[in-house]
Amino acid sequence: MNPLSVVVRKGCDIFAWFMVVFGANVIIHGDLTPGGGFQGGAIVATFLTFLLVAYGGNRLLSWVNERFYTSLVGFGLLLFIGLAFMGFPTSFFYNFVSVTHEAAMAGGAHGIIPPSGTIALMDIAVGIEVAGGLSLIVIYMFKGIRLYETSPVGTECGHDR
Amino acid sequence: MIGNAPFIVVGVLFLMGTVAILSERNLVKISIGVSVIASAINLFLVAMGYRNGGAIPIHYLAGAHAKVVLPIPQCLTLTAIVIALATTALMLALIMMLYKHYGTLDVNEIRRLRG
Amino acid sequence: MKKTMFIAAALVLGGIVWGVLDNVHPFGDPLKTPVDDYYIAHALKDRSSENIVTSLVFDYRGFDTIGEAAVLFTALCSVTALFRQGGRRD
Repeated sequence: MNPLSVVVRKGCDIFAWFMVVFGANVIIHGDLTPGGGFQGGAIVATFLTFLLVAYGGNRLLSWVNERFYTSLVGFGLLLFIGLAFMGFPTSFFYNFVSVTHEAAMAGGAHGIIPPSGTIALMDIAVGIEVAGGLSLIVIYMFKGIRLYETSPVGTECGHDR
Repeated sequence: MIGNAPFIVVGVLFLMGTVAILSERNLVKISIGVSVIASAINLFLVAMGYRNGGAIPIHYLAGAHAKVVLPIPQCLTLTAIVIALATTALMLALIMMLYKHYGTLDVNEIRRLRG
Repeated sequence: MKKTMFIAAALVLGGIVWGVLDNVHPFGDPLKTPVDDYYIAHALKDRSSENIVTSLVFDYRGFDTIGEAAVLFTALCSVTALFRQGGRRD
């Protein structure tokens, strides 16, 4: 199969890391601007697709480590549910670190934790989870395309059993 | 009547998806029809929550507007978009498995080649 | 014959969709909005979150988001299980 033109390949190669930066920007400003965890995670997951277009499948599959993305998914989900459980003396999903708007305007909003509390933190958690999950889906579907050629006859692959 | 034009557009999109599901025989085209129906539902949810002259539901971008677009349909549309994405991924994976198993994507051929 | 049946079914379905969509409230004028007005009024004051939609997704209606993450995780598990390669036969 012929590769794509050099403009497409170089453009995807250059813009891949910028998509990661842009997605991280969308994720961590989820409580201030339009966007949030799911949208930013979907933007970050474009990274692997761009690398797939730029470098082709063989080199990409030799680079990626699936355990890394699996651990991203697990870490994001556990952080999300753990943040939900941490407000538990009051209720599930209680926003335990947020301050009111008056206190934030009066100067109580300095520090690492944003004044909206678990909203921004859950944005980051869900962004990590969605980025890992969509990247894994892209990897596995690309592997599924090549499943025909690579798997020798008689061995187990896919849902054959 | 003419004020309800977004709802009519939603109905036309829904019918296009339904016709694609009912009349096509290629599985990929059927999945495209399902995706079109999902997009129609998302558009319907967002169009239901619009208020005339309403601003974006973000406080410092909306400014001093008193009227803001309803936020709950937008929240539920986020959920619906992610669920549509998940179902589309699963559907395409199953279609790839069917093609590997049967060697064709035609629904009638797959029905005939059963076993 | 098949084509006429198909056209008749499409007409019936289109009539149903038209009848439903013509009876929705007029565009730009939703009927009952007290819950939305409560969220719009209180999202910034209580949670100090500028984005009302994000505060809805992650705070007021967090259970929806847990179900959404579960759906995404289930789809990921299904795709992974379908495209699994190798493995041991027990």
